[in-house]
Amino acid sequence: MHGTRILDEADRLMTVCNSCRYCEGLCAVFPAMEMRRAFSDGDLNYLANLCHSCGACYVDYQFSPPHEFNVNVPKTLAVARAESYAAYAWPQALSGAFARNGLIISVIAALSMAAFILGFAALNDHSVLFGVHTGPGAFYKLMPHNAMAALFSAAFLYAILALVMSVRAFWRDIGTPIGGRADGGSIFQAVRDAGELRYLHGGGVGCYNEDDKPTDRRKLFHHLTFYGFLLCFAATSVATLYHYLWSREAPYPWWDLPVVLGTLGGIGLIVGPIGLFAAKMRRDPALLDEQRYGMDVGFIAMLFLTGFTGMALLVLRETAAMGPLLALHLGAVFALFITMPYGKFVHGIYRFVALVRYAQERRSEAGS
Amino acid sequence: MSSKYDVLVIGGGNAALCAAISARRGGASVLVLEGAPKFYRGGNTRHTRNLRCAHDAATEILTGPYTEEEFWQDLLLVTGGQTDEVLARHMIRESKDILNWIVEQGVRWQPSLGGTLSLGRTNSFFLGGGRAMLNALYLTAERLGVDVEYDAEVTDLVIEDGMFLAARLKRPIKGESEIRATSLVAAAGGFEANIEWLKQYWGDAADNFLIRGTPYNRGSILKMLLDKGVQEVGDPTQCHAVAIDARAPKFDGGIITRHDSVVFGIVVNKHAQRFYDEGEDIWPKRYAIWGRLVAAQPDQIAYIIFDSTVVTSFMPTLFPPIAGQTVAELADKLELDPAALEKTVTEFNAAVRPGTFDHTILDDSVTEGITPPKTHWARKIETPPYLAYPVRPGITFTYLGTRVNKEARMLMADGKPSANMFAAGEIMAGNVLGKGYAAGMGMTIGSVFGRIAGREAAKHARN
Ligand SMILES: Cc1cc2nc3c(=O)[nH]c(=O)nc-3n(C[C@H](O)[C@H](O)[C@H](O)COP(=O)(O)OP(=O)(O)OC[C@H]3O[C@@H](n4cnc5c(N)ncnc54)[C@H](O)[C@@H]3O)c2cc1C
Ligand code: SF4
Ligand code: SF4
Repeated sequence: MHGTRILDEADRLMTVCNSCRYCEGLCAVFPAMEMRRAFSDGDLNYLANLCHSCGACYVDYQFSPPHEFNVNVPKTLAVARAESYAAYAWPQALSGAFARNGLIISVIAALSMAAFILGFAALNDHSVLFGVHTGPGAFYKLMPHNAMAALFSAAFLYAILALVMSVRAFWRDIGTPIGGRADGGSIFQAVRDAGELRYLHGGGVGCYNEDDKPTDRRKLFHHLTFYGFLLCFAATSVATLYHYLWSREAPYPWWDLPVVLGTLGGIGLIVGPIGLFAAKMRRDPALLDEQRYGMDVGFIAMLFLTGFTGMALLVLRETAAMGPLLALHLGAVFALFITMPYGKFVHGIYRFVALVRYAQERRSEAGS
Repeated sequence: MSSKYDVLVIGGGNAALCAAISARRGGASVLVLEGAPKFYRGGNTRHTRNLRCAHDAATEILTGPYTEEEFWQDLLLVTGGQTDEVLARHMIRESKDILNWIVEQGVRWQPSLGGTLSLGRTNSFFLGGGRAMLNALYLTAERLGVDVEYDAEVTDLVIEDGMFLAARLKRPIKGESEIRATSLVAAAGGFEANIEWLKQYWGDAADNFLIRGTPYNRGSILKMLLDKGVQEVGDPTQCHAVAIDARAPKFDGGIITRHDSVVFGIVVNKHAQRFYDEGEDIWPKRYAIWGRLVAAQPDQIAYIIFDSTVVTSFMPTLFPPIAGQTVAELADKLELDPAALEKTVTEFNAAVRPGTFDHTILDDSVTEGITPPKTHWARKIETPPYLAYPVRPGITFTYLGTRVNKEARMLMADGKPSANMFAAGEIMAGNVLGKGYAAGMGMTIGSVFGRIAGREAAKHARN
């Protein structure tokens, strides 16, 4: 008996799979499962987070519904995965945020954006908010750089703290020895596996979405989103260095490194989320965790908004729209930061940690 | 759908799809009629895992060479010589090329990741299993322009003088219709899911059989062909049957209902008596005899009895073992006579001679002075909890079939080859398998003869 009904079901499925093993070549979930005979809650949460929801084991499986064994591994693991986010959330008092995630995220996003607009308006006079500002320091006419930096650092540091605490709980629960650390080799392996989405490939042919014809579409859009996000993050980091090391103030000319990185990233964050959303709309409902639809779409929407407002700001920054757009963009980024530990963002973190654990298990098995 | 095709394929499994693809590649227009709904398409092929092919050298997926001669010797061994040598050798030769051909049709192999089966040298494993393999074949067939209809059960064949003219089918929505074609490939499986037919040879015992695979292989096409003058081959009581968990569903339980634990314990019948040497040979080799052994026991039921020391030595099972702290308690739960089971276990334990237990080889742990003996892996059953799996005969597929020649062309009762009728897969497996079985041969027979049947059917249609 497990903590939740979905873990009971996941346990039943893993027992079925363990007596079959046809899928062992499809992804990491099955070999990891084979290293166990009984499954603790932590084991099941580990397996759930190893699953990339490629759908292959559903389409390839002789006992999927309508068969009486009624085995649906992708869906069951998707639900278990989503429940695991709440189970490890820090502080636990906020774990409820996962239950009505779409709503909460949109409210926070709307409030943040409104707060920035109102804040700009209240702290400056109207002519500043709707004025045309160009040249270095233009943004800071609306909000002093130090205030901006302080606010975002605080939000970011809080997000990091919450994530670290959650991951610690997860790492312990998935069976690493107390105080056990990941070794460099395993981390490197996991970085590669996560970076190339090694297991979103249905064992080689691609991932299954709306029907039984595999494609690489979801992988492509996920790459665009993920690397778009990283590029945007890099853009911000470079800009911060510019600011503090060389006292060079934003906005920067289009050919300068932060803008180039930001532009590429922004394109990724626009095209990627749209593609992921379209794929999700068309996905076979049998593979979806419908209850968590709001969480997934909320996160996709936040990424899209971040990319979209950022790009709009870049294009229109020399017009009167700059003020409102800056407010919208900062509002979106702020909302993204503070909701990070309580939304779909965490899937990447837990997946990565699960991949580290998997790499570690593989290495110790090969070594023994 | 036009109603006249060059080649009509009946069935939807491996044999049918190999035939359809090969006929289409040979330039013919092809229609596949699958009696099952789309989800259940592909009959028993859905449940398979691997394919046995001869090959001269190790490859990425196979650990060593498996020569034609060695394959032939294995076949000879399991069938006890009951095989058509010309046809069998032809199949083995052709199997070499199948390994590559099947990959060209989009099927992917997986490196044998260890597991508990020792087949890494002789058998190639489908990545994702049989249904994944079928999905790939269907995608390829559709891409090539093969028409496929599901829920299309063929109910009658129009055959004149050994010449196929048309098939009648019944479809739930579109109703009855007749389809004409220049050649026919029959790949509709055996009759294992037809309990009434099985009863003709097994009597009421067949009521207690569980059918491991598709409920759609009712042998209707086989029966029509035999009734219309095609020559019969094979012994109707011969089939591939293993012992599977008695709690499995009547049909379609597939691979996960099997048990690998026989060699680690003893097997008793409903009178708590042992009836066969559980340690006769390595399990994968002797796997296929236990279905028949159990079928011959009263009420077609038996119990694998072992103790807690060996539970991690075999594959985990879908159904948990039934447990008792004492042998008597276990017997109670199994509804066996406690005194009888205690006596059997005690006598067995007393007969065990010390040896070095090693389940990976034919070891020297034996019994002395009891019948039947246990000739390897004999160890005392004495560490509670005592455990048991109830087992029944699980029928995989039947061997009675249509006789064919090297072109996969059916032979008529007078010995003449049919003008335009071909057969592949289970429906003609009896040509090669007089009895017995070696893992992966079902798919070899289907792939090799399917490919030939399709090619020859297309050739006939184009002439
Ligand atoms: C659990 C299990 C595991 C197995 N594992 C392996 C393995 O690993 N390797 C191996 O080589 N073999 C294995 N086998 C055996 C293997 O499944 C068969 O030998 C093989 O699938 C036969 O292929 P086939 O195409 O002849 O028949 P099938 O795949 O059974 O196809 C027959 C088709 O005919 C259709 N049909 C029947 N009647 C009609 C009708 N009247 N009209 C229209 N369509 C009809 C059925 O719906 C079905 O699609 C296994 C079998 C089972 C049950
Ligand atoms: S999903 Fe099905 S085919 Fe795959 S390992 Fe599990 S039981 Fe086997
Ligand atoms: S959906 Fe894909 S990644 Fe998830 S368990 Fe199945 S095969 Fe593995």
